Amino acid sequence: MAARGTLGDLLRRLRGRPLGLGGLIGAGLFMCVAVIGPWVAPADPFTLGGSALMPPGRGHWLGTDDLGRDLLSGVLYGARVSLLVGLAAAGGAVLIGVTVGAAAGYWRGRLDEVLMRVTEWFLVVPQFLIVLVVAAIFGADLRLVVIVLALVGWPTAARLTRAQFLALGDREFVVAARGLGASDARIIGRQILPNALPPIVVAGSLQIPSAILAEASLRFLGLADPHVLSWGGMLNQAQNFLQQAWWMPLFPGAAIFFTVLSFNLAGEALNEMLDPRARTAAGSA
Amino acid sequence: MLAFIGRRLLSLGPLLLGMLVLGFAIIQLAPGDPVQVLVGDYPAPPDYVRQVRERFGLDQPRWVQFARYAGQVLRGNLGYSFFYNEPVLDLIAGRLGATLLLMSSALLISSVAGIGLGIACGRRPGRTADHALMVVGLVGYSLPVFWLGQLLLMGLALKLDLFPTQGMRGTFFGLGPAGRALDVLHHLALPALTLATRYLALNVRLMRASLVDVGAQDYLRTARAKGLSERVVIYKHALRNALLPVVTMMGLNVGHLVAGAVLTETVFAWPGLGRLIFDSILHRDYPVMLGGLLLVSVCVVVGNLLADLAYAVIDPRIRLERS
Repeated sequence: MAARGTLGDLLRRLRGRPLGLGGLIGAGLFMCVAVIGPWVAPADPFTLGGSALMPPGRGHWLGTDDLGRDLLSGVLYGARVSLLVGLAAAGGAVLIGVTVGAAAGYWRGRLDEVLMRVTEWFLVVPQFLIVLVVAAIFGADLRLVVIVLALVGWPTAARLTRAQFLALGDREFVVAARGLGASDARIIGRQILPNALPPIVVAGSLQIPSAILAEASLRFLGLADPHVLSWGGMLNQAQNFLQQAWWMPLFPGAAIFFTVLSFNLAGEALNEMLDPRARTAAGSA
Repeated sequence: MLAFIGRRLLSLGPLLLGMLVLGFAIIQLAPGDPVQVLVGDYPAPPDYVRQVRERFGLDQPRWVQFARYAGQVLRGNLGYSFFYNEPVLDLIAGRLGATLLLMSSALLISSVAGIGLGIACGRRPGRTADHALMVVGLVGYSLPVFWLGQLLLMGLALKLDLFPTQGMRGTFFGLGPAGRALDVLHHLALPALTLATRYLALNVRLMRASLVDVGAQDYLRTARAKGLSERVVIYKHALRNALLPVVTMMGLNVGHLVAGAVLTETVFAWPGLGRLIFDSILHRDYPVMLGGLLLVSVCVVVGNLLADLAYAVIDPRIRLERS
């Protein structure tokens, strides 16, 4: 019941933000495609044998690639990988970030200093290059890519969490809990974290599109997981056929673009709704 | 000022050391034996293998190997590329110009156009033009770099034949210096635009948000109340403060720009550093890979340093000496 209440509240607040609503709908659509795509796909995107480089038309709505594989099926199958990477990498990044940020913001002092130094290092370091190096040397296996994306993506969440913990750590309810003899773990997990979490999760949702983009970039550069069909990989393949087959780059790229755009729009709108500063800026608009 | 720059350059240390350790660790963990690569696939006599191992110091403990490498780097020696048969420094120097040209043009386009459009949005927030530009900004921000490159390549270069499809120079002979420069510019247009788009969009959004933020402050109401023209209020009073977040962001984005350069250079076959680094990773050409990572880290620090300096120029309240 409570969950429905917050969801209804969310939708009501989003009504004044057509872009945010559109993004949410787009993201929802993408998730549906990711789940049911392989069942509704007209063909198996791995089977060769159709005519190669067929333009979009009857039989192959989005055309075929140079090996005669159906592009529409490829796009539908690819959604699942992108969703998986986006959710898992963003989730992992938030998990690491919250742990680091909570430790730094709760115990403060020396620990805080050290952890923030590390965070800063990860923030300025060329993250994509690290992902690139690891994927190229240890193999671009899907699980490994997700892990590395999470390992370089956590600093934003860590900084936000730390700021929240610093702000909430001296509030009465925390002092009261400590006075009543609650353990550190209990104060962190039960008292502060629930209050700190909403903005962190929303900010973390913006990690989903960047993880999707990063994965697609890897695949575009040819670092493919041979067992997985991905949109970026389809664009890598298309690079050699730009002259002959405009549909080969167009459709998989459009799929990446609309997915990333949807998540960005939705995340942005949620972020603004939670951040009072952004709200006044929008309100004065 | 000098002390500040010196201190910032000192902060290069941890970043570079971290990058070095990370790169070295990855290479140590990498599957495969470097000696095997050097010896080749033929069955080699164990004596010879041991000899090679000793000659390259690969029989030493890892920390000794690392210390030796770090010492060489400090002396300005980045090693020797096995793949290209050339000193790494020469390789990098040969490619640096192309990448710097690409990155600085992208930076120029994105900052000038981005800030300009951001002001256009932010000075009258809520107008149709403002909304339209914000949507365009989000679109630009969400476009995958490589896909945008492919689309531009397909439409403007292959279909309409307005731009060359790849590389940095045409094959015309007998062009004067001006002609050669124009030729390079012609080749540069699409890659620079491709690389710039994401940051242009980012700058529009940041600039707008920041200007709207600043616009609500009291000192601007005062400025308007004492009868200053809107032009002066925006460009002399508001802009200075509103530019600060944009400048910071640009400094932070240098690392991302390098990643974008790798992708852009791949689409347009631009003979730059990004592609060299990527190829070196693929070829397991470790000295080039480490050298490239180090250089990129230096670029990141220098980018941040420049952003800090620009910050101080824009905002005289910031005293570099004490920060």
